[in-house]
Amino acid sequence: MAKRFDVLVVGAGPTGLAAAQAAASHGAQVGLLDAQARPGGQVWRHDVRHQAPRAAREAFATLDNVTWLAQHSVVANEPQGLRVETPGGSELLGYNALILATGARERLLPFPGWTLPGVCGAGGAQALTKQGWPVAGKRVVVAGSGPLLLAAAATLRAHGARVLGIYEQASAATVRRFASQLLHWPARAAQAAALRARLAGVPYRCGSVVQRAHGEAQLQGVEVDGPRGTQRIDCDLLAVGYGLVPQVELAALLGCALQQTGKHPRVRVDGLLRTSVPGIFAAGEITGIGGLAVARIEGTMAGHAAAGFDQEAHALRAQRDKARGFAALLDTHFALDPRIHRLADARTIVCRCEDITLGELDGFGDARDAKLATRCGMGACQGRLCGSALAELGRFPRSGSRPPLFPARLATLAGHTSLSPSDDAYRGS
Amino acid sequence: MSRLLRLSVNGQSVDVPAGASVAAAIAQATLHFRRSVRGTPRAPLCGMGVCFECRVRVDGVAHVRACMTPAVEGMQVYTDG
Ligand SMILES: Cc1cc2nc3c(=O)[nH]c(=O)nc-3n(C[C@H](O)[C@H](O)[C@H](O)COP(=O)(O)OP(=O)(O)OC[C@H]3O[C@@H](n4cnc5c(N)ncnc54)[C@H](O)[C@@H]3O)c2cc1C
Ligand code: FES
Repeated sequence: MAKRFDVLVVGAGPTGLAAAQAAASHGAQVGLLDAQARPGGQVWRHDVRHQAPRAAREAFATLDNVTWLAQHSVVANEPQGLRVETPGGSELLGYNALILATGARERLLPFPGWTLPGVCGAGGAQALTKQGWPVAGKRVVVAGSGPLLLAAAATLRAHGARVLGIYEQASAATVRRFASQLLHWPARAAQAAALRARLAGVPYRCGSVVQRAHGEAQLQGVEVDGPRGTQRIDCDLLAVGYGLVPQVELAALLGCALQQTGKHPRVRVDGLLRTSVPGIFAAGEITGIGGLAVARIEGTMAGHAAAGFDQEAHALRAQRDKARGFAALLDTHFALDPRIHRLADARTIVCRCEDITLGELDGFGDARDAKLATRCGMGACQGRLCGSALAELGRFPRSGSRPPLFPARLATLAGHTSLSPSDDAYRGS
Repeated sequence: MSRLLRLSVNGQSVDVPAGASVAAAIAQATLHFRRSVRGTPRAPLCGMGVCFECRVRVDGVAHVRACMTPAVEGMQVYTDG
């Protein structure tokens, strides 16, 4: 028998937490699940050393009114509900209304040397560090694009890392234009100033791109291409990420219509955050990268709407639109320099699961053909990394989602008859 | 400082603060989490459960994502490095 909720929320980041709280405030029976062991999502990820911000602690306190399902990973969709894998088994969760709040992942792009141990995402390094990765005394280069670089660098520094520099791909002129816009967003300006203060003494270089990572068995240094030429920097850790992309895989599996923004899809929603599938709502990063402020407002809107309180949801629209305005600003100012798309050469691995190089993909104009011929995208990450990277590089768009969403145990899938045994997602798990 | 947990990574004892991930415990012993299909060493990339580069064997179970798994006292972890 499936457990059943009035409102089921997938993802316990700021969006999902706000959604669960809003829905529960109307007396709805709410289930909130996350693949992670703790609530908070990306921005409010538990830090082994530092207390969570007040807004996060307040959000966690509201979990008392909902059924909190930790380490529950949605792997498939079945007629009675979502098939969820837990460390000890699997469950079927039914719902009257479903809110998708699956957030974003980093846009991680290939360049020579990026598979070396010691190279990770910028947000990736931040996440690992918060969870106790030993960085004290380590020499770290932070690179890529967007404000996440500052947040990641600040976390690394707070854990004792020696941040050698932050290398932003956007030009100095663009970053200055962005900074001048902050006048219209006093709260954001204050946040940025606080981050800069925490990073006092750390060089921030614009128009600079890490074009290569060096090392034998692990990272030894990086080559940075900047306005004043190419520079070699010895380091222990490279934290490099080019912004974020929405995690739409579950929405796509459920049949929700997607919409392209630039090279990556997001979930299409109406003014009340309803997707194209009746009863399914989407909010936060998956409807377009918007950051923390948007996440919290949209989560609340979706919670109200899913519980049947449209007026309350509607009342937040103006506030949401304003917050989205800031996100649009980020998008235009931190657009990627085309040279980033040319960093990978023919010998650079693009599909890290199957070790497929960019050169091996020459001549393929479609993800499916490439997959059949080379196994690109068939590994454990199920094309999340190479698919987004190849779309970004202008090769071909990602192919659609298939169950299971993540490699799952056979026992989990046994209750799931619509999977074909030849499905390659069995592999890698 | 929070309480420490002791785990074994490839037979070597490591201590991590409570609330840390298995990935953090492994990083104290080695950066080689797994070998790729062509035999090159790999380590965590995304830190959030997406890339599967951090897969290791935990208490006999293979292909566990170290970044998604909270460290527990007495855990036996083996990398493929
Ligand atoms: C690595 C990283 C670091 C970041 N750091 C910062 C920062 O320091 N400051 C900042 O302002 N912003 C940061 N961001 C931006 C971040 O996207 C937003 O600030 C905010 O966390 C978005 O909220 P959300 O609730 O929409 O998504 P998220 O916070 O990403 O939460 C989504 C949750 O859904 C869960 N989930 C996804 N799919 C499934 C599934 N199939 N089954 C079960 N659970 C699932 C995930 O485990 C996750 O906990 C970061 C983003 C990333 C990717
Ligand atoms: S580091 Fe990417 S899944 Fe663990």
